[in-house]
Amino acid sequence: MTKTNIHHWVDICSLDDITPNTGVCAKVADQQVAIFYLHPENELRSLDNYDPIADANVLARGIIAEVEGKRVVASPLYKQHFCLQSGVCLQDQHIQVPTYQTRIKNNTVQVLSPNQEAQV
Amino acid sequence: MQNYRVVVIGNGMVGHKFIETLSEQTDQVEIITFSEEPRLAYDRVQLSGYFAGQSAEDLALTNEDSYRNLGVNFYLNDKVVAIDRSAKQVKTQSGNVVGYDKLIIATGSTPFVPPIPGREQPHIHVYRTLDDLDAIQASARQSKSGVVVGGGLLGLEAANALKQLSLDTHVVEFAPQLMPVQLDKNGGKLLRQKIEKLGVSVHTEKNTQRIINGTDARYRLEFADGSWLETDTIVFSAGIRPQDELARDAHLDIGPRGGIVINELCQTSDLNVYAIGECALWQQKIYGLVAPGYKMAKVAADHCLRSLSLIDPKKTSQTFTGADMSTKLKLLGVDVASIGDAHGADDNLVSYSFRDEFAEIYKKIVLSPDRKRLVGAVLVGNTDDYGNWLQLYLNKMTLPEAPEQLLFPFEEGNDSASAASSLENLPDSAQICSCNDVSKGSIITCIYKGTRDVSALKSECNAGTGCGGCTQLVGQLLDNELSKMGISVDKSICPHFPYNRSELFDIIKVKKLRTFDSVLAQCGSRLGCDICKPAVASILASLWNEPVLNPQHVSLQDTNDAFLANMQKDGTYSVVPRVPGGEITPDKLIVIGQVAKDFNLYTKITGGQRIDLFGAQLNELPMIWQRLVDAGFETGHAYGKALRTVKSCVGSTWCRFGVQDSTTMAIDLEKRYRGIRSPHKIKMAVSGCARECAEAQSKDFGVIATEKGWNLYVGGNGGMRPRHADLFASDLDDQTLIQYIDRIMIFYIRTAERLQRTSVWLENLTGGLDYLREVVIDNKLGINSDMEAQMANLIDSYQCEWQSTLKDPQKLKRFSHFINSKETDSQVIFVTEREQIRPARIEEKQRATEEA
Repeated sequence: MTKTNIHHWVDICSLDDITPNTGVCAKVADQQVAIFYLHPENELRSLDNYDPIADANVLARGIIAEVEGKRVVASPLYKQHFCLQSGVCLQDQHIQVPTYQTRIKNNTVQVLSPNQEAQV
Repeated sequence: MQNYRVVVIGNGMVGHKFIETLSEQTDQVEIITFSEEPRLAYDRVQLSGYFAGQSAEDLALTNEDSYRNLGVNFYLNDKVVAIDRSAKQVKTQSGNVVGYDKLIIATGSTPFVPPIPGREQPHIHVYRTLDDLDAIQASARQSKSGVVVGGGLLGLEAANALKQLSLDTHVVEFAPQLMPVQLDKNGGKLLRQKIEKLGVSVHTEKNTQRIINGTDARYRLEFADGSWLETDTIVFSAGIRPQDELARDAHLDIGPRGGIVINELCQTSDLNVYAIGECALWQQKIYGLVAPGYKMAKVAADHCLRSLSLIDPKKTSQTFTGADMSTKLKLLGVDVASIGDAHGADDNLVSYSFRDEFAEIYKKIVLSPDRKRLVGAVLVGNTDDYGNWLQLYLNKMTLPEAPEQLLFPFEEGNDSASAASSLENLPDSAQICSCNDVSKGSIITCIYKGTRDVSALKSECNAGTGCGGCTQLVGQLLDNELSKMGISVDKSICPHFPYNRSELFDIIKVKKLRTFDSVLAQCGSRLGCDICKPAVASILASLWNEPVLNPQHVSLQDTNDAFLANMQKDGTYSVVPRVPGGEITPDKLIVIGQVAKDFNLYTKITGGQRIDLFGAQLNELPMIWQRLVDAGFETGHAYGKALRTVKSCVGSTWCRFGVQDSTTMAIDLEKRYRGIRSPHKIKMAVSGCARECAEAQSKDFGVIATEKGWNLYVGGNGGMRPRHADLFASDLDDQTLIQYIDRIMIFYIRTAERLQRTSVWLENLTGGLDYLREVVIDNKLGINSDMEAQMANLIDSYQCEWQSTLKDPQKLKRFSHFINSKETDSQVIFVTEREQIRPARIEEKQRATEEA
């Protein structure tokens, strides 16, 4: 078992590949990660792509919105709002989707890989 | 347990109303009804609609199944011939003898045919029942011309029917003017002028002496003044006579000039027998309108239950105390209204009138000697004032100083604010909707219970669902009450824009804004949301028609627009190629089949005559569309708030009943309007004849072929809130049809709320269908050329979104499940059912994962 970087940053794509205020889905260590490029903030946010209410991997394809001061994505299937900071569903606080860390480095989009992959 | 039996003689509109009212309130009464006609109750008021494409089913007020469900026993084609009051039994033509506890006589009236020699010949008719209409229609097939004897309300309805049957139509009236009962001389004169313009010849002061054989036509009517008129078909509409023989034979009290005498509980001289509707005589008066008949039906039902002790005695009892005969209607397309004493013949009364010869409008008010009360009015050519004036009249309200200003509602100091204050002064008991007897009080109760828009009020309390004449008043009442409750009706589309959709549309149009960011900067705040982004995207597309996947627009698009396909429950997509008018070649069918087979897609025929291909993954969409585009297909916009399909039948090309080429028209319309983004989806259909196989009346725009052209219907809907479309205009040629659809569609795009279908839009449009006609046909707002220019731009700038997307590698990048991998979503799992794929259910998915 290699013990290098339990958490390590994975290159996903160029920032130019994501249209501002849209999402894309990245495959990171067998996980589906929805990455959103916020504009005008010029920041990235990431949630799990899995919509637990719809039971489908679709969150990256939702509209990015601002609801009560929070940045959210609206599920493309049933339109619930998921907070891009916490992953909490605004319509049902008991539901929370996992969040991921992302950054822009030299115009490259990077996601912090979840641990289980690194342990293999 | 049914302890009592009520027998209803006659199943016309009023008899049916009685049955409906009684059966709603009790199940302890057995109801039996007899009709001499072969069918249950239908709408006699709309009879002329029968020749404008409405079928007997459309006109039906009920059907045999609903009667069975209500437990009503009915006997059709079986006329009651005798009443035995001592035995409490009735006897019918076929020999049925049935006992009763309470008897309702609702036999209506018969048309009066003056005793003119020669009247009993073929092709000479009356105008009352559907059978009469069938007979008139049969005659029309062998006729070129038709004459209606009688220029009253019903006579003009009959003239409309003859005109719709394409006969050279004449109206003969004994009096010096048309509608002598309801209109004054000047009103009658203008009505005549307008009707003659429509091609109906009017002959007044003609006393028909006899009918003899004609030389150029089948008959000749000879008049007392020596003149004559030749015609092939004659319809008598010279008044009605109460059908009271049964009551006469049973020795019930009858008025000197006919009519069964009733008291204010609608009882006859035998207290167990009631008479309602046109056969009943209340204080020497016969009421020949449906509203008073309905009122009598309710009174009789209430009293029946009361005397059988089936109703809470504490409930206020109803009485019939006469009815107002004011009326507003459209005769041969001309708006006419009459309130109270239209003539104002009494010298002490004060009249004012206004005549606009250019716009062909006539208005007259008749005031009390002190000018404080409205006692009568006439409106011809424009009846917008009817609702307000009727309230002033019915509630004996005090008129403002200078009451003559009522004639000029648009002048300063006499605007809608004063209409609102007059509405404010109405008592709660004031009847707002006369068709359904809905009071101001009950509408207000509805509003306080939480109903907040006009169309919801219509379905909650029925107001405005009859003739629609009170819709404007209902809207004003709603606004007044909400502002009194301190509720400012916030019509903003979302927290980011303090505007409703049509305001936003105007801002974007006038300021020529082309991106969401500029719209937000100009008139919004913060960052936008999933409500305003697609709404603005739709407006931008309706105005400038730039491709929705362009970089500045793509982030605004709703789920389906975002990938030009319809997302299904598992995140896969369905694909619908356009099949204009539902016409498709075998080669193209084969292409669709081959594509579906190659990509393993589930196929299903849609309700709009197209083929839907399900189960495509994001990365497959461009490949599928490349194949379809290569074969000559275009996108079907099944994903967009835009024109979906124009459904059609095969029309005169193949069908032996078709009268126009409906398929070609459907294809033309579909190609014309394809891709135009609108507040909600738009469906259309074109039927090649009145049989209506394309179901056009359930569409936003329905077109039905006539012998002379096309009838255009608007505002229909299927789905969860079905609505029959309203007839907008008749017998249009191709060019006018398209011109009207162009204008209505743009007007809808400009003024509708977000996600508002045409049906709700039309119901909420102040002034309703008449206003829409004024805008589109009369160019009331002077915006028709502007609307046509907008439509021309949209048509010119059309491009198939899939075709252009396929040419743009930047846009195609988004069509992949992962941005960093060619893999697809491993959690999309299909199973096979009836030889095709379908998404796996949860337990099937779990099994599949375990096996893996």
